Amino acid sequence: MGAVPRVATRLGLRDHLGTVGARTGLARNDYRVTPGLYCVGSPGADSPVLVSANYKLTFDALRRELASVDAWLLIVDSRGVNVWCAAGKGTFSCEEIAYQVRRCRLEDLVSHRRLILPQLAANGVAAHRLKELCGFSGRFGPIFARDLPEYLLQGKASEAMRTVTFTLGERAVLVPLEICMVWKKLAMALPLFLLLSGIGPELFALHSTLSRFAVLLAATLVALVAGAVLVPLLLPWVPFRRFWAKGLLVGALLFLPLLLALPELGLVEGAALLLWVSACSSFMAMNFTGSTPFTSLSGVSQELRSGLFFQLSAAFAAAVLWPLAAFFS
Amino acid sequence: MRHFRYLEDAAILRLDTDKCIGCGNCVLVCPHRIFALRDGKAAIVDRGACMECGACATNCPVGAIYVNPDDGCGCAAYIINSWIAKVRGKPSSGCGC
Repeated sequence: MGAVPRVATRLGLRDHLGTVGARTGLARNDYRVTPGLYCVGSPGADSPVLVSANYKLTFDALRRELASVDAWLLIVDSRGVNVWCAAGKGTFSCEEIAYQVRRCRLEDLVSHRRLILPQLAANGVAAHRLKELCGFSGRFGPIFARDLPEYLLQGKASEAMRTVTFTLGERAVLVPLEICMVWKKLAMALPLFLLLSGIGPELFALHSTLSRFAVLLAATLVALVAGAVLVPLLLPWVPFRRFWAKGLLVGALLFLPLLLALPELGLVEGAALLLWVSACSSFMAMNFTGSTPFTSLSGVSQELRSGLFFQLSAAFAAAVLWPLAAFFS
Repeated sequence: MRHFRYLEDAAILRLDTDKCIGCGNCVLVCPHRIFALRDGKAAIVDRGACMECGACATNCPVGAIYVNPDDGCGCAAYIINSWIAKVRGKPSSGCGC
């Protein structure tokens, strides 16, 4: 076996730039760490072996918390996906861990036969099967890497370390990606916006088409702020359990005052915009279910039916009313 | 996670107490702490908080826990994409999460 690479426990400028890339979606799905064995500090034969995923943000979160620790890091090939999602997809599995244990010849390196697994790998890793697969037994450590030093000292994790959280900060870092994922859809919708704004008494008259297009685009951006920024940030304080209803409420509440402040918009035009903003905001909020750590598949399938029904009806009504309004003004 | 509750009756989760050997794996791994050991057996103490991640069922050595086995996660984009894939007869493009 060759030398085991020692990784820095402080993140440099390049690491931070990479984080920006991953958080905005620019380089989100192409940021992997080479699977295999790494170390922090000066580990020996008795040092703990920490197992983790090969996603950049995961690897950084792990190593930056280990400044005071001597440990081996066994990084499995989770295809550049975080621990929890990879375990759900089946790539962070017992078989993959066992494969890396053998490939890195871990039994020659350490005298003990224990692996410390991230707790959130439990949906894909049956810890009791590891022993027969690779000779090492698996033990679930804390959920967050930041609790590892304490866990290694105490030998066990507290209830708080075993409970998943979703704090304001944890929600805020997700917002850039929520916004960036919308750009492509928005770009595809622009020709449709232009088409619907051009229909009127004077077909595609330049001035009215452009000004109505601008109003429609601005209203859509308001919906984006409501559904992709405000709902995630204000999540625990927005009433309703169903995310589509949260998005509808926040979208409508944010847009109504703006609508009242623009009296030159007619009633039909205003109604069309309100329907459109509510539908968009509702849809974006509903998509945020995938970013939360507490929504069940059964629950989301359930709310999808009512949510999509509202969003599609409202969007359809808006698409009819918007060109119609041009004939009334 | 007391501040974050989702649809209380939606999750599909069953525990067969007769099979349970009281090892406590489910109590340990659940990220929402919905299990507890009572009289040497596991018990579901907060069913409404279950998100169907499946950690308990995966780590139950005697197969006493059943969780919604459908592939996928609690993500609207993922479910919509798999519906579309079903209609088009092509493999799902996932949701990028």
